[in-house]
Amino acid sequence: MDNQLALQMRGITKRFGSVLANNHVDLDIYRGEILAVLGENGCGKTTLMNMIAGIYFPDEGQILIDGREVVIRSPKDAFEHGIGMIHQHFKLVDLFTAAENIVLGVHEEGAFSRRDVNARVTAIASKYGFSIDPEKKIYDMSVSEKQTVEIIKVLYRGADILILDEPTAVLTPQEIDRLFQVLRVMKADGKSIVIITHKLNEVLEVSDRVAILRKGEHIATVSTRDTNESELTEMMVGKKVDLDIRRSDPVDAQPRLVVTGLNLYDAEGVHVLKDISFTANGSEILGIAGIAGSGQRELLESIAGLQPLKSGEIIFHNPKKNKPVTFFHKSLRRVEELAGQHAFHDAAGNPVSFAGMKKKDIQKLVNDGQVLFNEDELINLRDKTPLQIRELGVRLSFVPEDRLGMGLVGSMGITDNMMLRSYRKGPHGLLDRKKPKALAERIIEELQVVTPGTQTPVRRLSGGNVQKVLVGREIAFTPKVLMAAYPVRGLDINSSYTIYHLLTRQKETGVAVLFVGEDLDVLLALCDRILVMNSGAVSGIVDARTATKEQLGLMMTRTDRTRKEAV
Amino acid sequence: MNIWLNFLIDSLAFGATFMYGSTGEILTEKAGHLNLGIPGIMCMGGAGGCLMLNLVGASSLPPFLIVVLGILSSAAAATLMGLIYSFLTVTLRANQNVTGLALTTFGVGLMKVIMSKLNPSVYLVTPKVYYRWPFAGRQDSLQCLGVMFFLGLIIAAAASYVLYRTKIGLHLRAVGENPATADAVGINVTRYKYLTTCIGSGIAGLGGFYYVIDYMASQEAYLSLEAFGWLSIALVIFALWRPHRTIIGSTIFGFLFSCSSFITNLSFIQVTMALKPILKMLPYVFTIVVLIVSSVRNKRENQPPESLGLPYFRENR
Repeated sequence: MDNQLALQMRGITKRFGSVLANNHVDLDIYRGEILAVLGENGCGKTTLMNMIAGIYFPDEGQILIDGREVVIRSPKDAFEHGIGMIHQHFKLVDLFTAAENIVLGVHEEGAFSRRDVNARVTAIASKYGFSIDPEKKIYDMSVSEKQTVEIIKVLYRGADILILDEPTAVLTPQEIDRLFQVLRVMKADGKSIVIITHKLNEVLEVSDRVAILRKGEHIATVSTRDTNESELTEMMVGKKVDLDIRRSDPVDAQPRLVVTGLNLYDAEGVHVLKDISFTANGSEILGIAGIAGSGQRELLESIAGLQPLKSGEIIFHNPKKNKPVTFFHKSLRRVEELAGQHAFHDAAGNPVSFAGMKKKDIQKLVNDGQVLFNEDELINLRDKTPLQIRELGVRLSFVPEDRLGMGLVGSMGITDNMMLRSYRKGPHGLLDRKKPKALAERIIEELQVVTPGTQTPVRRLSGGNVQKVLVGREIAFTPKVLMAAYPVRGLDINSSYTIYHLLTRQKETGVAVLFVGEDLDVLLALCDRILVMNSGAVSGIVDARTATKEQLGLMMTRTDRTRKEAV
Repeated sequence: MNIWLNFLIDSLAFGATFMYGSTGEILTEKAGHLNLGIPGIMCMGGAGGCLMLNLVGASSLPPFLIVVLGILSSAAAATLMGLIYSFLTVTLRANQNVTGLALTTFGVGLMKVIMSKLNPSVYLVTPKVYYRWPFAGRQDSLQCLGVMFFLGLIIAAAASYVLYRTKIGLHLRAVGENPATADAVGINVTRYKYLTTCIGSGIAGLGGFYYVIDYMASQEAYLSLEAFGWLSIALVIFALWRPHRTIIGSTIFGFLFSCSSFITNLSFIQVTMALKPILKMLPYVFTIVVLIVSSVRNKRENQPPESLGLPYFRENR
């Protein structure tokens, strides 16, 4: 690798409102290298690269190309300096063909000839080892094909510096391998390649150097050869992250949600939930593991009242304390019998036994409402809408996978999103804004949500902050059952731990927590029991304290046939 | 010539009004802007042209020049309206629907004020004969077609060519489909939006001028112009956002719209007065049918531009 500088960033600073996205960042990019820009979510790595690509303009600092200072005010300027960026969300016109997208915005002499363009696109593709059909429309393409179009689009403009923002997030392992091969060919061709990522294994696999960003600041740039996973993690998160998640033992775990024989068919008639039965206890985190798409989402949605079930029961045990005993349901004899079994107590909580009392006195005591007992009220949630469930007094909270789609309204502020839960309260059909605002402020403070204010649309916040808002709202509702689907997906380590901690705290207050996760280590460390799903069926429920990763992996992946053989 | 052919030619001539209007609107919509100000812009196009004719009509200028000045001034007045619309919706990112409706109200009202001050004997009389080339002096219905009709045909065909066969058209469609993408590849989104909205408005304005001066050539013509502006917007959907299809579409619309009077003239059908308004609904009914058919077939190419009606902010994450 020849050490020729391609681009230098000096003291780059960028603010969004009062939030500092990049603080005096210095970064060098060399020719013929693959540089990984590594950092947690929201650390400013994409923002930094967007400034080289002309999407944002830095508030302070200089960008030097080949030693000369340049001003990049637009993506067009960036292209003129040989910089091209492949964004995480592809910037393609769906209605156009691959070739049309590739030539878009390119100023060439002469008339626009489809044939010439197609030939040139094919030439670039074969040079670097892509396969592409220039006449194919984007809306017919797979994600990987779209990414190919994006890369060729940048190469077609003669870019020497290619920036790829989270290029592997949407690809299958085979597609990732193919992408990395192409990147290596481009590197050999003398191009500078920057990949923005938070996946350590990919950094180690493909990059030559790693630049680590943390909270908008450049921490270090190291050679990939001289580093390892734990060192990178340490630089990325700033402090040694305690991988042990605090787990308390369940206290007085009582059945809270009893699901039996759940069957669900989707719109296409596919059997997505097959005879699911389980019990979720209060004061316990029940983990739900499984390969993505094994029915986890459908299961939670069924419980939340969002899916029409074919069969099955969902019984919610609503604990009712200190109900007075009456003779309406029970005879005096039965009352005496139950009292002998210590089923009753008085207002102070002392057991009532009626020992040595006369019938008349017992009757008086009962009729005065002095004899109390505890009993769970059983509520069937099947075929109830979310609103009906709420009106039945069932405090069920659901943190869906799709935060901005199902959980929050992206264009509304935090206060308004709080009101989605409380809009039915308030006097005379008018909205009560004070309490939701106070709640919003409390959540911002307690969960350390980084936001310019309660009115800022939540869509402008980073993934972790959005999730804190959503989980904070659901917890503020003091649920009896809290269901969370992939609550840490896309979150950095610190935000993830905040969420784990919140879930554990809920469990300790007696809530039944259902946690759908993908990271087996986390599931094993956080949960009390783990329900494993395998293509729509429950393949087992294990104790998280004794189960092993291998055991879970096997339960998640083996097919019906191998399961029979195993038995 | 038989009655049917006469009727076809009349439909063509009448339809040219919408042909201008919807070609202009298609260009604007292809840049992602739903311009509901088209009726007002067409009215202003008519008023602007008439104002110029009123000024120079009685002068000693060559009649040909008077005609050209009228056309230019009509396009200029409409372009000015387009400029106001662009400034509000592109630069200030105002709501497109509200801005458009306000412009319509404004344009229709201002036209009525201007027209009431003009002298029809000046602006209508002078150039009439010069629009009629090459059919001037003919006694049959062909005399309805003239320079401005053919100009409309050329503009509609040229607009389609530019949109679908040139790089400028590719860029313009990219702006309307996905402005963020267009911006990212260095297309000046603001310039494209401004230019197409202004050019589109200018073209639509010519439709208003054509209707008042050429097709109707009457003092009261301007009173019915607004309705044809709305019809032009409906025609955009009917043409599925292809300018060349407005040529056929406008003829069908012209046919349907004047159906009522045509059928009344046919000796073998009895048309009651109550039936007339129902017949006048036909263009709109057809538009709805086209919408239903195109939605059911759900072909991506026949859908409105994807970012139609949405303002574009570059730094909106």
